[in-house]
Amino acid sequence: MLETRGLTASYGQFKALFGIDMTVAAGECVAIIGANGAGKTTLLRSITGVLRNGPEMILHRGDPIGALSADRVMQRGIAMVPEGRRLFPSLSVEENLLIGGQVRRGSGHWSLDEIYRLFPILRERRHSPGTALSGGQQQMVAIGRALMSNPELLLCDEISLGLAPVVIRDIYAALPTIRASGAAVVLVEQDISRALSVADRVYCLMEGRVTLSARASEITREAIHAAYFGEAA
Amino acid sequence: MIWLDTVVQGVLLGGLYALFAAGLSLVFGIMRLVNLAHGDLIVASAFLILIVVETLGLNPFLAALVAAPALFALGWALQRFVLNRVLGKDILPPLLVTFGLSVALQNGMLELFSADSQRIAAGPLESASIDLGIVTVGTMPLLTFASAVLVIFLLNRLFYSTALGRAFRATSDDAVTASLMGINPKSVFAIATGLAMVIVTIAALYLGMRANFDPSVGPARLIYAFEAVIIGGLGSLWGTLIGGAIIGVAQTVGAQLNPEWQILAGHLAFLVVLILRPRGLFPRAVD
Repeated sequence: MLETRGLTASYGQFKALFGIDMTVAAGECVAIIGANGAGKTTLLRSITGVLRNGPEMILHRGDPIGALSADRVMQRGIAMVPEGRRLFPSLSVEENLLIGGQVRRGSGHWSLDEIYRLFPILRERRHSPGTALSGGQQQMVAIGRALMSNPELLLCDEISLGLAPVVIRDIYAALPTIRASGAAVVLVEQDISRALSVADRVYCLMEGRVTLSARASEITREAIHAAYFGEAA
Repeated sequence: MIWLDTVVQGVLLGGLYALFAAGLSLVFGIMRLVNLAHGDLIVASAFLILIVVETLGLNPFLAALVAAPALFALGWALQRFVLNRVLGKDILPPLLVTFGLSVALQNGMLELFSADSQRIAAGPLESASIDLGIVTVGTMPLLTFASAVLVIFLLNRLFYSTALGRAFRATSDDAVTASLMGINPKSVFAIATGLAMVIVTIAALYLGMRANFDPSVGPARLIYAFEAVIIGGLGSLWGTLIGGAIIGVAQTVGAQLNPEWQILAGHLAFLVVLILRPRGLFPRAVD
């Protein structure tokens, strides 16, 4: 469903990605791991159109989307949970969710009621400003907001970052329901064991290059160590 | 009694200033763009309404209805093809472009309409008044103030009760994240400027019916609009109405004390608020 071919990306003179080849099949969960600065977030920013690329570097359902703007990429059924949540401060919780459904695709699984069923606390806090919530609740809003468009591909950037373990567990507990709705999930994650526990396949990035691509069930600790730090295990 | 009448006249005058300011406030609130050509766009719109009145023989209110879609389109195109290209982290390019637009508009209007003063004839409405018992108010100022209240009420409804309003607020908060919601910030900005031009049309209608205007009066309208927006608090629409009323009351009270003090009193009121509440009375925008 999604494919990157020799994807490169730069910030001015600084080159951040060097020819990334990656695929995501429909309904699949793919984890992207790597140290800080490996290029994980840049990869997602490129896929979503926040960073523009050559058109053929990213294909969605076979169509070149590398040069599309973010709003047009999202209209194709790709949704993003950005790093740091980035809720809209002037919108309430419910308005944050509704704005995620602004480009709703057809009559899919997700609606306000379904989001509230997935994260019941949000129903209680629906009239509060989004930014008045705890970090974990804000993450729930960010995930719900992305789901409201009924995406076929959900990109999640560091959804466990800065959250307490018990909150991370609650957030990850929602993933099976999200996958059951039919959405493929790409998880950018630094918590390797957490990512491996839910992913079908894993890509490891280091300094803008893919250093490991494997099925999550087949991957070894040594292989991760080598890919993560670029040295022999 | 004369002071009560002065204050009431001032509040009603504030309605006109609020109309001048509402479009400016809308554009600034959504895209942090200070449009230095705003006053000239009001004057240009007044000329357009005048042309429609004179060529089609329409009532000024109907003429404004005819002009509004054209001016919405003008605002949309201005934003889409000119201002969007210069919006960014640096605030100087849009300031320079709108300043240039202001100069071009003034000179264009001078060329087309000459420096002669014009007025949109409103017939008996110009001198009609309503006796409220303790004070008598002109129908036109009352209508202007009621229009300002209605415009700001409708803008608030749009902002807080519609999907477009949510998109306005989200884009104002964070344009990049808004684009990740499938919103095209440039389209949102273009719609906002189009909407601002519809408000400009209403302001131009009342400006043209209440006073003489010529191609050079735009910058003074811009200053009143700025003052109303800043007194009310950046991004606050109801604050803009109150800001307009404060300038209006200051001007009528100043004029009551000494006719030469009218304009100065309005500016002094602005300075006093700026000293006491630099972020205005009801600040919303946080930058």
